[in-house]
Amino acid sequence: MSQDSQFIEQIVDRYDRDVGMLIPMMQDLQAECGYLSPDSLRALAKRLNVPLTRLYAVATFYTSFRLAPKGAHEVSLCMGTVCYLKGSANITQAICKEFKVAPGGTTPDRLFSFTAVNCVGACALAPVMVVDGRYHDGLTPESALEILHGLGPAEEAAEAGAKEGAR
Amino acid sequence: MIDALVKFASIADFEGFARSLRSQDRTGIRSVRLCMGTGCQAKGAARLYELFEEAIKQSGQAGPIEVKPTGCHGLCQRSPIVVVEPAGIFYQQVEEPDVAEIFRETVLGGRAVPRLLYQDPETGKKLEAAEEIPFYKVQQRIVLSQNGRIDPTKITDYIAEGGYSALVKVLTSACAGASLPLRKQGMTPEEVIAEVEVAGLRGRGGGGFPTARKWRSCRSAEGSPKYVIGNGDEGDPGAYMDRSLMEGNPHSVIEGMLIGAYAIGSEKGYIYVRNEYPLAVKYLRTAISQAREIGLLGESILGTSFSFDIQINRGGGAFVCGESTALMASLEGRPGEPRAKYVHTVESGLWGKPTNLNNVETWANVPHIINRGGKWFAGIGTEKSRGTKVFSLVGKIANSGLIEVPMGITLRRIIYEIGAGMRDGKRFKAVQTGGPSGGCIPAEHLDARVDFEELTKLGSMMGSGGLIVMDEDTCMVNVARYFTDFLLNESCGKCTPCREGLAQMRHILQGITKGDGQAGDVEKLQALAEILSGTALCALGTTAANPVLSTIRYFRDEYDAHILDRRCPAKECRGLFIYQIDSEACKGCGICLKNCPVDAITGERKAPHVIDQQKCTRCGTCWEKCPFTAVLKV
Repeated sequence: MSQDSQFIEQIVDRYDRDVGMLIPMMQDLQAECGYLSPDSLRALAKRLNVPLTRLYAVATFYTSFRLAPKGAHEVSLCMGTVCYLKGSANITQAICKEFKVAPGGTTPDRLFSFTAVNCVGACALAPVMVVDGRYHDGLTPESALEILHGLGPAEEAAEAGAKEGAR
Repeated sequence: MIDALVKFASIADFEGFARSLRSQDRTGIRSVRLCMGTGCQAKGAARLYELFEEAIKQSGQAGPIEVKPTGCHGLCQRSPIVVVEPAGIFYQQVEEPDVAEIFRETVLGGRAVPRLLYQDPETGKKLEAAEEIPFYKVQQRIVLSQNGRIDPTKITDYIAEGGYSALVKVLTSACAGASLPLRKQGMTPEEVIAEVEVAGLRGRGGGGFPTARKWRSCRSAEGSPKYVIGNGDEGDPGAYMDRSLMEGNPHSVIEGMLIGAYAIGSEKGYIYVRNEYPLAVKYLRTAISQAREIGLLGESILGTSFSFDIQINRGGGAFVCGESTALMASLEGRPGEPRAKYVHTVESGLWGKPTNLNNVETWANVPHIINRGGKWFAGIGTEKSRGTKVFSLVGKIANSGLIEVPMGITLRRIIYEIGAGMRDGKRFKAVQTGGPSGGCIPAEHLDARVDFEELTKLGSMMGSGGLIVMDEDTCMVNVARYFTDFLLNESCGKCTPCREGLAQMRHILQGITKGDGQAGDVEKLQALAEILSGTALCALGTTAANPVLSTIRYFRDEYDAHILDRRCPAKECRGLFIYQIDSEACKGCGICLKNCPVDAITGERKAPHVIDQQKCTRCGTCWEKCPFTAVLKV
């Protein structure tokens, strides 16, 4: 049995095999594996005895689900109204151009996954970017690029993540 | 201090515990209340907390001095915020090196540190207490009254501030053995609903539907089980009221839901929280497990015949899930597509059962109404909109933050007294209320009173409570385009008017902001808007045209300037204004010249430079780079 199917077994049990809890199950699956792979979705559908299309309907409807592996870091740029008024559109453009990435995608070198989110609810700090859970406020295109250029490669991120988790 | 929690098997046991917490002798205890809301955390509040803890440890006075991490204090503009009790001295924009001084001077010495106090921009006076600051003075905090006072991860803090007393008041009659002659009888479910009806509480999520009527319909609906839902899927961009409430005082939402469930006859509740709010999820989970531990959630609560439990579900990042039927579809594990509501959800909601959904702020109002009476609540606000409303006041305003005001207050007081006016001395242009489906209200209506009816009359709506202030630099056509774009992306695609209509509207708006607008575009937008509001399936669609219609209604001249003169009056739409160099301000430093990507700038060193308008692509690089603000938009 692969690691993936073990996870799935655990997750399905966690919610008493309740198909109504499909979204939490998929959220947990993504939290464990980083994304929803075709194999894991197929296994989950089989385990719950629901058509695979139903899982894809959910996975593609909600923006928080990812069908491709994520980068070493997670970068969310707020595109809420206040951030937009204060220039977050220019920041998106700068990031996309500099790192050859589109919103919702991952940089070619898998350094970071980039999402433009609707609002992170920190409007007094606008424009805001969240990098691996840390909020950066009052951004300009220059300062945003500087922060992203300072990101370490994947291994460092994993180490830092482990440290965060231990705290 | 009570550390270990025990399960209380009776109301009397719990009351004894609550009384001991509430009557604790706090004289001599000095407390540092540290805001740990998202805004303050982003500015390093977590590190300040560690430093205060260290300072306390070093001073060897860990008993009489405590540091308390709390939810959002509200004045996010001046984060991080630290309040030192008992004097209640309010510090703002505290940095790491300030901790030692605050500890030495204020905590130990009882003196204020003037440098860190709020300075009234009008009088120049330094203000010590939060209540003196205009930002707080004009507010009336009921739902947020405990925010910033309690540690949201400690149920004992909430109980000590009077928490769960409303639940006890309600439950007493459900006491299994009514053998307590001395105890005043509690409230029957009907009495609870009647009290909420007297209060005149209306849904705080935006709809404004009378809460008591909803509860009564759900109570009398046939079918079981019945469900109650707390809607914390705060999707409006520019709004963080629900977030601050769930993060700052999760138990108030839980207590409200308990009382509602008792009144409706439900044993199972859900709180649906937005995926982007991990801290809210964490604190709600902690709160729920603590409430279970002491017997306030679960089977036979406090030994009564009433059972109720709450489960948390995280959203998946879909705006439309804030709509009740879409949210319920999501709770059932399906894509969040709304359905037509000819059958109300109070009759057939989640899993086809009677379901009562209220916004988390609505729920958090309930304990206050039960404790202080419906009459007291009805005495606040306007005739049709009672009580207070929490808003997030954001945008181009001097004091951004989380506020709570009585219904009926004017927009002017909110913006100029609480918000301290516009930032950087700019001119006010509009305030956007009601989220993406709301509207923009111009300066001539600033004296409008904020309540459900008044805002609707102005072509906007109350919505969940975002107030986004815009200044002269904001192009209203572009604002309409932004919201239409947002709603198009968030449209679930189920019904044609919303899916296709919004796409057409965006297409037209994009043309206008790019300078390709045609005469007749405004009329086309109005026609599309009419179809949309008349035929869309859910509230997302029927209100989606509000941003377009309200900006046409109040800022028609800006549309005309774009379409007829190819000019953006706010100088925001690229290509609809030009850059020029002010020859008097230009020092001839050459920075713009070097940075211009198309070599459109010429000029000798130390002499005024000139932009060749034929070559210029209006990219704005020179405007951004000029250190002397000599590049102008005209």
